[in-house]
Parts: sequence; structure tokens; C-alpha cells
Amino acid sequence: MQSSQQITIDRPAASRAGGIPDRLPQRPTDLLLRWEVLLLIFLALVVLINVQLSPFFFDPYNLSDATFNFTEKAIVALPMTLLIIAGDIDLSVASIIALASTAMGAAAVAGASTAVLLVLGPLVGLACGILNGWLVTAFSVPAIIVTIGTMSLYRGICYIALGDQAYKNYPDGFDFFGQGYVFWVFSFEFCLFIVLAVIFGVVLHRTSFGRRVYAIGNNPTAALFSGIDVQRYRLVLFALVGLFSGLASVLLTSRLGSTRPNIATAWELEIITMVVLGGVNINGGSGTVPGVFIAAFVMGFLTFGMGLLNIPGIVMTVLIGFLLILAIALPVVIRKLTSARRRSA
Amino acid sequence: MATTPILKLSGISKSFPGVKALDGAQLELYPGEVTALVGENGAGKSTLVKIITGIYQPDAGEMQLDGKPLVLHSPEEAFAAGITAIYQETVLFDDLSVAENIFLGHEPRRARGTLIDWPAMYARTRELLAELEINLDPQTILKNLSIAQRHIVGIARALSIDARIVIMDEPTAALSRHEIEDLYGIVRGLTAAGKAILFITHKFDEIFAICQRYAVFRDGRFIGDGLIEDVDQDKLVSMMVGRNVAQIYPKRPVKLGEIVLEVDRLSHPTEFEDISFSLRKGEILGFYGLVGAGRSEVMQALFGITHPSRGSIRLEGRELSITSPRDAVRAGIVYVPEDRGKQGAILPLPIVENISLPQLDRISRRGFVDMAAEFVLARQYGERLQVKAASWSDPVDTLSGGNQQKVVIGKWLATQPKVIILDEPTKGIDIGAKAAVHDFTVELAEQGLAVIMVSSELPEVIGMADRIAVMHEGHIRHIFSREEATPEAIVTAATGATPAPISQAALHRAAFA
Repeated sequence: MQSSQQITIDRPAASRAGGIPDRLPQRPTDLLLRWEVLLLIFLALVVLINVQLSPFFFDPYNLSDATFNFTEKAIVALPMTLLIIAGDIDLSVASIIALASTAMGAAAVAGASTAVLLVLGPLVGLACGILNGWLVTAFSVPAIIVTIGTMSLYRGICYIALGDQAYKNYPDGFDFFGQGYVFWVFSFEFCLFIVLAVIFGVVLHRTSFGRRVYAIGNNPTAALFSGIDVQRYRLVLFALVGLFSGLASVLLTSRLGSTRPNIATAWELEIITMVVLGGVNINGGSGTVPGVFIAAFVMGFLTFGMGLLNIPGIVMTVLIGFLLILAIALPVVIRKLTSARRRSA
Repeated sequence: MATTPILKLSGISKSFPGVKALDGAQLELYPGEVTALVGENGAGKSTLVKIITGIYQPDAGEMQLDGKPLVLHSPEEAFAAGITAIYQETVLFDDLSVAENIFLGHEPRRARGTLIDWPAMYARTRELLAELEINLDPQTILKNLSIAQRHIVGIARALSIDARIVIMDEPTAALSRHEIEDLYGIVRGLTAAGKAILFITHKFDEIFAICQRYAVFRDGRFIGDGLIEDVDQDKLVSMMVGRNVAQIYPKRPVKLGEIVLEVDRLSHPTEFEDISFSLRKGEILGFYGLVGAGRSEVMQALFGITHPSRGSIRLEGRELSITSPRDAVRAGIVYVPEDRGKQGAILPLPIVENISLPQLDRISRRGFVDMAAEFVLARQYGERLQVKAASWSDPVDTLSGGNQQKVVIGKWLATQPKVIILDEPTKGIDIGAKAAVHDFTVELAEQGLAVIMVSSELPEVIGMADRIAVMHEGHIRHIFSREEATPEAIVTAATGATPAPISQAALHRAAFA
């Protein structure tokens, strides 16, 4: 088409005089009320409390330890962010982690090398994700129903394979991915998470792929009517979530050095809490990767601090639940406040 | 015949944002008589019904019941006043029984009103059904009934409250010939019992078969009423459509180019059959028909949303296989849907992202969106369509309906299509935006774009189109040239009142004129 030139000829730096501007200047209060900013303030608060609790909190090795309890979940939260923005959800991620881990354990027993395991884990995850996506798109079943089903299915296979046993014999060198450091106190896991977060942020906020994800999440019908292959996009997103669950499984299995069928139990809730706390609308359509990135640290440092206080796991679950409800309720309250303010202005 | 009306409306007006739905409307309903409410789509009939049944409150005007002022604040109050409506798609409850549907909200009670008196309810239901001479078990679940039987349940519901005024909104739309005869029998029975009936229909044969009076509306205004015996079909049609057509439309003669689109015997298992037409460069082809005639379904098949069972679509001589909107957009066919909010625009997203959405690939380099190019695109088409907004980054849902529609049209023009389909492009938008859309449509045709304009507004199709395809019940009845397109001829074809169907051969000739 000849039109591609037509689009690039006229490119004034700012809008023409009297014309409609590209953007309106932002008011400082709007910026302050951004979810990411509120999260940062909350994160500072959490860090402050941690410092009060332990004088060693800012010790680099201590901080590095603190990251281990959330990076694997945060890695799954990245593709989950895209999936939830697109209006779907995957509750089977923890079971995918378990199934991928079980597959790797069985392969290791059969004599597979570290390289084979590195390929196998993500591959099993990818297959699980594709199955989820296929079931959701081919039969028009809500994702929440399908993934509740596959959550039991994938976990059930682990129990059948393992019973009360565990796989423990992983090959030499496999432990690096969950326990090794790239340099100084920066673990392999943590560095991987940072790189992936940047990639996912760029994909969601800078590419046409990301644009279409937002379009689908806001209005799948209008997205279809705009020439977007909605079903294929949904399938790809489920596959991505599966793939990265498989990757998280490699990290977790490597870190623990063993696989039991109850591995990563209830992680799906923490992962989804992370995403929602990050400001992603659970109904789809809005949310950012930076928000989820900050939320990962909030959740990580919060549970780490509670660990220092010897708060029992069950109480932590209560607090995580409370956080999830807060994260869903607060944006609604803020929206009401700001719209009331705008009306009175 | 009765001389004093039960229900009398005068000076009723009702406005919605940007639209005056009713302007000084009046209506009289007489006991024991059927009054036909006649008018085009958008004449204000359904707004009037909603005012009589208490769903809407009028901005001005007065209603009188038996000569006493009547003010309705809710459907329940209308119900209590003895006014009930049976809608086109009966609003009943599929999973409840016949008896429950009839008595919902006013069930016979026992034990001081705490419990439903089921035996009494079933007995009353049997009585009502016997009155209507229909054999139905009161405990049958509604979803197991035919559409005709559901209508009868709706009527039984009307009788159960001893309604004096019964409104029937296109009750025969989904009924067979035989079932319609049964319905007529019931209607005659109701009038014999002294009830006043308001009968809304697009079918003239029905008006003359069972109505005693008529009232005609056009563009929200009352045009006239009287006794059926004093009018004929031509008189009603001319009252419906008026005479002042084609004066305010900006249509200018355009030299037509070569044929761009040829559709041959396109058919769908349930929605339409043997749709054939051609479209030239610079041409505006109007598609007129009543609601449900299958126009949008044909357009959505051209756009790959629904899938035709047979027939062919050729664009610039090449046969197309369109299985998704993506295929259609790539081929150069774009569709501005009727439902802006659900299908046209992604309301919460910025104007700029809506406009760039169909062609993200073209303004992206290796998948990365060139945001500067994106704003250029938005400005170029937004300004061309005179979109009014505070900034191009504003969400589309902050705009007025007319400006939202401009964004949707702009988004498709930016793809530089060969054929643009506008489905009810001016529905629900204000006069100013309407004129802008009309101007723009003409301008597009002048620039050589082929335009299909689906519209239920007769003046709009007559004022804008070079040719007009009229659909009725899934078929193209006729394709009128600009010269033969009189309002009367078009309405006659659209209501299926044509005396003899046009032969297939003639239709084919007209299609590829």
C-alpha cells in the first residue's frame, strides 16, 4: 500500500496551534494517585518495618535471601499479568509447576542430563498451557472453570506418579539455577526475573502484541470486529503462562533439590494476589508490568518480615488474603473519590 | 363503537441525550377496539409504549385513565392500573412454569399472605387457559413451549390481572400463518370482553384484518389517527413516510467507476438467502429493511463475523474467502457496526489507540509501536472527521455518541479500505454529528470509495444512496434506482406487501445493473 509514506510525511513535534493536543498535561495529584506510586509508598513502609524488626535487614546477603521466596512466583506473575489483562485467568499454574517438576524428577531418575531437564521442564509447562488455552478457546468455557479442572488434573498426575515418595537425585550442576549466583549477591533466579520483567514490560507497553492484549481485555467483541484474531491471542497467552510456570518449576526444583507431589501448593493464589496487588484489573483491560514488579517486592518483603517475626504460615495466609481484598477494594474507593472530586471541580 | 376513550395521552414529550424521541405525542385507546400503532423504525413507538407501561416517565404531557389524570412512576403502578404489554420477544421466565409466569408478582396467597396458594394458582391458570381455548398444563416449564404458546401465556398473564389495556408489540413477528389466525381469535375475544388493545405491527394485512382504529407516528411526532374503514394502505404509507425527503441531504452525483464488489447468491442457514448485488467505485448502496430483515447479518457475513453457507463474494474480480474480520480488513472490506459501544469502539481506551488498532502492524517496526506515527494517524483522521475531544489520549467513552462514531469511522478510513460498510451510522447521534457523518460519506464516495449504508431511516437512505436494496425476511425484495426510489415503493417492498413477488431473473438484472 502506498499509504505507509503518507503516514510518516507529516510529523510535527507538538500539536498545531489551535488543534487538539496529543496529551493533556498531568496534574501532580494524578501522578501521586497512580497505583504504582501508592505501591512504592507501601513498599517503603514494609521495608521500614523490616528494618525496625531486624538491624541486619539492609545487609546485602540478607536482602538477597529475601528475594528467593518470591522470584519464582514473580516470574509466573509476569505472563499472568498479560493473561489477566486480556480478561482470562489461569488457576492451574502451581499444578503445572508440580507436574513439570515431577516430569523432571522422573527424567533425572532415568538418567537425563541437566541440559535435558532444562528443556523438559518448560516444555511440559508449555504443553499444559496449550491444553488450557485450547480447552478455553475451542469450547468457549470460562477460563476459571477450565483451569480449576486442570489444576486438579495436573496435580493429580503428580500424586499418582509419586504417592508419598519424592524424587531427589538431580544431576550435578542442576542446583545452579535455583541456588547459584551470577555475581556477588545477585542470584541467578533474581537476575533472570529482572531481565524477564524488562522484556515483559517492553512487550506489554511498547509492542503491537501488548496493544492487542489491552484491546482484547477491554472488549473482546470490538477487538474481533477490529480484525484481531482474539482466540489465537488467548491461546498464545495461556501457552506463555504454561511455559513460564515450567521455567519457574526448573528454578524451584533446583533450589529445593527434590520433588514432592505437594510442591508449590497454593502458589496460584499468591501469584494472582501479586498481579492484582500490582494494579491489574481482575476483570481485564488494565494494569502494568511495573506495578506487578513492585507488588512482587511488597509481597516478598512482607512475608519475609513475617517470617522474621515467627508468624505462623496460616496467619500469613490470612494476611495475604486481606491484602488481596484490599488491592481489589482500594482502586474502587480511589476511583470514587477522584470522580467525586472531578464532579465538584 | 365506543365514543369515550379509556386511555388518553396528550402532549407527551420525551428526550434522551441528543435525541427527542417523542414530541407532543397523543393517543386514544377505546374499550372493545383494537388500535394500530403505525410508524417507521425510530418513529417513537417503543418510547410511547414504555411511557404507557410506566418504564419511562414523560418530560411533558398528560395521561388520562377514564378521564382522570394518570401518573405512573413504575411498571408496577401501570400493572396496578390495569395496563399490560406483551412484547415482541416475550419477557417471560424460561425456567418457571406456565402458572408461575402468569401469576408472578401477584400469586394467590394463603396463611395470611406468607405462603403461595398453589392449588388456587393452578386452578386459576386452568380457568384462564380455558377462556383462551388452549389446552396447556399449568405446570409445564415455559422453555418447553413454542413461541406461539408463550405468547398465549403472556396474554393469559394480561388477563390474570384483569387488564383493561393490553399492548401487543409485534406479536405476530415469529408466528406461523396458522398461529396468527389463532391469535386473531384471541384478540377478538379480548375486545368482545371490552378491553382496549394497542396493536403494533409493520404488516398492513394485519392492520386491516383486526384493527378498528389507527394512529400514525413519524420522527417522534403524532401525524394522525382515525378509523381504519376511512383509510387505505397508500394513505397510511404516505402518512408514515411523509413527503419531505431528500432536501437536507448532501448527496451529489458522482461518476461511478468500475465494479468493486460482487456478491452472488450469498446464503446463510437461518438469516438470509440468495443475496446478490454489486457495488461500484464511488457508489453509495443503501440497504433498507425493517428490524430483523437480515441486513446486519448480511453485512457481518461480508466482514467474516458470520459464515455464509453458500454463495460468493468477489472483490475487484477476485473471489474472496473471508473467514474472519482479519481476512476482510486485509482484503479491504471494513465494517462500522451498529452497536458502537459493544462492537465498534473499545470505549475505555484512548482515541489514538482505537484509531491505530486495526493496523498496528503498519505503524510498528519489528513489533514495536511507533507512537509518533500513531498520533499522526489519529490527528490526520480525527481532524478530517472533526472529532471534538480535549486530547487524542482521552478515552473514547468520554466523547459524545457522535464523536465516538467519528472515531470508529476514522479508525477504518485509516486502513484505506476499498469498501466501507456503515451499519446504521447515524443511529442515536445528534443532528450535528449526523450531518457530519453524511457529509463525510458523500466525500468518501467522491474519492472513489464504495460505500454500503445500512439504515432504518427512510429519508437517510433515499437522501444518500445511489441505489437502494430493500430486504424483507432475509431476502432482497428489490434494488431500486435513485429514480424509482419513492418512499411508498420502498416501504411497500420492506413490509412484504408487494402484490406479486419480483421474479428471480428480474432481481438478478437489478442486482447487477
